[in-house]
Amino acid sequence: MKGMSVIVKKVAQLLSGLIFMYGVYIITHGHLTPGGGFAGGALLAGSMILLVLAFGSDVMGLKKRETGSSIIENSAILVFILFATIAMLVGTRVFFHNFLPGGTLGELISAGVIPLYNIFVGMEVGAALFTIFLALVIYKEEVLK
Amino acid sequence: MILYLLCFLLFLIGLYGVITRRNVIKIVIGLVFMEFSVFLLLVLVGYVEGGEAPILDETIVSGPFVDPLPQAMVLTAIVIGLASNAMLLAIAIRLYKKYGTFDIRKINELKG
Amino acid sequence: MEAILTIILIFMILGAIYSLHARDLLSALISMGIVGYGLVICFLLLKAPDLAIVQILVETITLVIMVSVVLDSTRHELKEKASIVHDGQSFINSRYVGNIFIGVLIALVLLYTYHFAIENLTPFGEHLMRMSGPYLEDPAATTGSANMVTGVVFDYRGYDTLGEATILVTAVVGVLTVLRIQGRK
Repeated sequence: MKGMSVIVKKVAQLLSGLIFMYGVYIITHGHLTPGGGFAGGALLAGSMILLVLAFGSDVMGLKKRETGSSIIENSAILVFILFATIAMLVGTRVFFHNFLPGGTLGELISAGVIPLYNIFVGMEVGAALFTIFLALVIYKEEVLK
Repeated sequence: MILYLLCFLLFLIGLYGVITRRNVIKIVIGLVFMEFSVFLLLVLVGYVEGGEAPILDETIVSGPFVDPLPQAMVLTAIVIGLASNAMLLAIAIRLYKKYGTFDIRKINELKG
Repeated sequence: MEAILTIILIFMILGAIYSLHARDLLSALISMGIVGYGLVICFLLLKAPDLAIVQILVETITLVIMVSVVLDSTRHELKEKASIVHDGQSFINSRYVGNIFIGVLIALVLLYTYHFAIENLTPFGEHLMRMSGPYLEDPAATTGSANMVTGVVFDYRGYDTLGEATILVTAVVGVLTVLRIQGRK
């Protein structure tokens, strides 16, 4: 996959970091402000897609990234299920029970397990979307050869 | 009531696209329209006149809120819709590679 | 509120009709954007900012993916299609009329069943919250989450989220399987 011109590359380099940071902000403040794991994950995927579109890469590099992102995706959902299972072992034995203390409403560290769920769902959604995009790009590259 | 009927009209247009179009990509677009109409209908049902968005802060502590339950359902449904669209598109470009066309009638003729 | 939503919905319907009839696949995809971003505005007016953020991002990513699928495969077959449609026959023949009749009939039957569905709904803006009353009662004591949508998604309805995540993983595995040309060595 060929990259684009120097201007596009520079702008993408400057912007994608900010977009990534905004995605992390949306995920970590998911229990206080609009947003959450799903929106933040889509933002993370968007910043990575922007980088791939601007810089381009050869098939081998893309394949490495694809493997990495699908590993991140699968381990994130494993951790998600793990948290739900830990809830069964602690306190009232209910799947998806909120076992951590609630804290004060409106602080960053509050709402028990919900921020942790948010973080891992965000990782999962972002990695999934990025993997789908990379799979399509790799397919098109291989067909062209 | 007219909003519900317009949602239904959008759904019908998506169904029309799925049934009558010959291009695989257009069929996917029709499915996307059907999804969108259902999302909009669910959120319309949960709206409360004069309600606030269901997010608390220092100024908004209580008071009429919009129903958060349909919003949570639609939140998951949107991401599922994206995943299923990606799956459909993957099958579409696989078909394009095998038959060299997006036209489903030609694909039917070229069976094998 | 109802008037503004009606206008936006009519625009969305017009965009949908244009998108399904466009000659070019790229313009069809771009007019699909009318419907998607119109939906974003509807969500914002209906006080659903979470949905608006998710929808605008998902719409953009869908557009990128669809354009990357379509880019080097369109144009010529659509011209062919235009010539097939006007096949030299007169515009109104019996088959054409029959198709329209069956289409209107199906639409009317669907409308009749849909009528039963919306009969039981409350009118727009007068929702009663029979289901979600308990969710809204005291969020500070129960979930501790200021954003009640997140509270519902991850606490009261965690099973739904688990199912959603599973479907996402399955879809990714499906895409990887369908699109693999050469197996791993």
